[in-house]
Amino acid sequence: MSAACAPAIVVDHAGQSFGGRVIFEDVSFTVATGEVFVVLGGSGCGKSTLLKQMIGLLTPTKGRITVGGYDVVERVALVRREIGVMFQSGALFGSMTLLENVMLPLVMFTDLPARARAEIARIKLAMVGLAEAVNLLPSEISGGMAKRAAIARALALDPPILFLDEPSAGLDPITGAGLDRLILDLRATLDCTFVVVTHELQSIFAIADRCVMLDREARGMIALGVPRDLQQSSTHPTVRAFFNRDAP
Amino acid sequence: MTAVQLEVASEGGGTVISLAGPLTATALAPVWTRAVDAARRAGDGLAIDVSGAELIDTSGAALLLALERDHSGRIEWRGLGEKPAQLMARLRLAVPEGVTAKVPARTVARTSVWRTFLIRVTFFGQTILATASLPGKLRFLRGGNFFRLVERAGTQAMPLVGMMGFLIGMILAFQSAIPMRQFGADIYVAALVSLSLFRELGPLLGAVILAGRTGSAFAAELGTMVVNEEVAALTTMGIDAETMLVIPRMAAAMVVMPALALGVDIAGVLGMGLVMMILGFPPSAILNQIQMATGPYDLLLGLFKAVVFGAAIGLIGCRAGLTAGGGPRAVGEAATSAVVGGIVVTILLDGLFAVIFYRLGL
Repeated sequence: MSAACAPAIVVDHAGQSFGGRVIFEDVSFTVATGEVFVVLGGSGCGKSTLLKQMIGLLTPTKGRITVGGYDVVERVALVRREIGVMFQSGALFGSMTLLENVMLPLVMFTDLPARARAEIARIKLAMVGLAEAVNLLPSEISGGMAKRAAIARALALDPPILFLDEPSAGLDPITGAGLDRLILDLRATLDCTFVVVTHELQSIFAIADRCVMLDREARGMIALGVPRDLQQSSTHPTVRAFFNRDAP
Repeated sequence: MTAVQLEVASEGGGTVISLAGPLTATALAPVWTRAVDAARRAGDGLAIDVSGAELIDTSGAALLLALERDHSGRIEWRGLGEKPAQLMARLRLAVPEGVTAKVPARTVARTSVWRTFLIRVTFFGQTILATASLPGKLRFLRGGNFFRLVERAGTQAMPLVGMMGFLIGMILAFQSAIPMRQFGADIYVAALVSLSLFRELGPLLGAVILAGRTGSAFAAELGTMVVNEEVAALTTMGIDAETMLVIPRMAAAMVVMPALALGVDIAGVLGMGLVMMILGFPPSAILNQIQMATGPYDLLLGLFKAVVFGAAIGLIGCRAGLTAGGGPRAVGEAATSAVVGGIVVTILLDGLFAVIFYRLGL
């Protein structure tokens, strides 16, 4: 990762509240191109809310977010051409096979002939280790396979920025580690920028170049940096407790 | 973004395919088929030149691999950078050969029909067993739940039942009055319509409404519970799903169905009466005709059929829900199956009753 690269994402004093309830405020960070950036924090701290802001599903009540150089509020259509998103549940379409799920963005946004679409979709599924499962329905595969298939669908149009929501949540350690390896592998092969929302410590240490930590009590970010550095040198009790798996 | 350019040229007895521009999913469409055809037709000595390619993402790499696969001979790569070469190497390893075959449709259909039959027979047997063992499992039944089901299936359906019955009664009376008037027999329309309603149309229309409203709702509700693993949770807690979920629904359907049939009967007679009065017959003449043509047993036969229809629709709706597969599509399929199955079985049972009643002289 080069520090000289233009930032892929800029979050500038972002805040979100629902009615009078503040979820977080004054969250600021940048994600460099080609970086694996992790958003972490305990349950209810606003990780998924921040993700929804970054992918244009939620308008920040304060601040500004740019993704791929575009403002997520004003240029959301352009932002969505720059990103791929894997939702926590996978969100695969149950009535389509894995191949059809991955082909869907290609059908919608390209004029490729059917054979070419199938060829590309098959390769994307092969990249995530699902070459043998192309004709299966989402109901016929495991949770780990569904997450891999969702990553393949997010990769369908080769977006430069990928957002992954809790990729290893609910998976066994081996499958979770496999997904971590897949993320690093894809980053090395495709030069993508990854924003990963997770609270899995092993995953964070395995994949993150940098991370931002949100906190429910603080209603905002309490740490930003390299996970190992934060573990060793942070003086914030919640940060130390999180990285050392300890009660604050 | 600039377009992809494709050039196919001859060079020293061989062929050179040159690709320039961004080799990405959104840009490749105009050249994909031509490039693959050119690679397929090229003899020995094919060179692929990508020195003009600004960007090669996985879709671009997929095209290059397709060219490689569709050309039988050796390929000389020109201008392929280190990163795209690594990407292609990785994809060559990841993509196995011959994985596109699907299970033949005929096998799927045969398996599916046999499996469906077995599921239905098994479910029917399980429900009979659950009903037989009900006295020992009364704690699994929740009275409040039963009354809620009755309210949803019966009380809330009454306006629809009344409207449909009233309209059907009117339509039947109008349609019958026209030909019967030619014979001066239009007074007998009252007898015809009321007898049809009591013995056939009341229970049948009530059953169609129950299947459409309640059978589908049972299937969707239970199907969602299956998809969300709530039924599995009940089973692991040792709670019999048939007893807790199926029997109350079936009982509710059996209880409300005669009321629905009666609702269709009353509303239909009122609709027919209105038409007859418009045609100039006094209410006393209409009532007299109904009394002469029908008796309490006609009504009771209809209500008996309604109870059986209710049991069948409740059972089919619950079966469709509890045997739903995984995923959101399963819930929709279960609801469709409940409605179609409920209506078909109701008509089959109605035909069976017609034969039985005829043989018994009823």
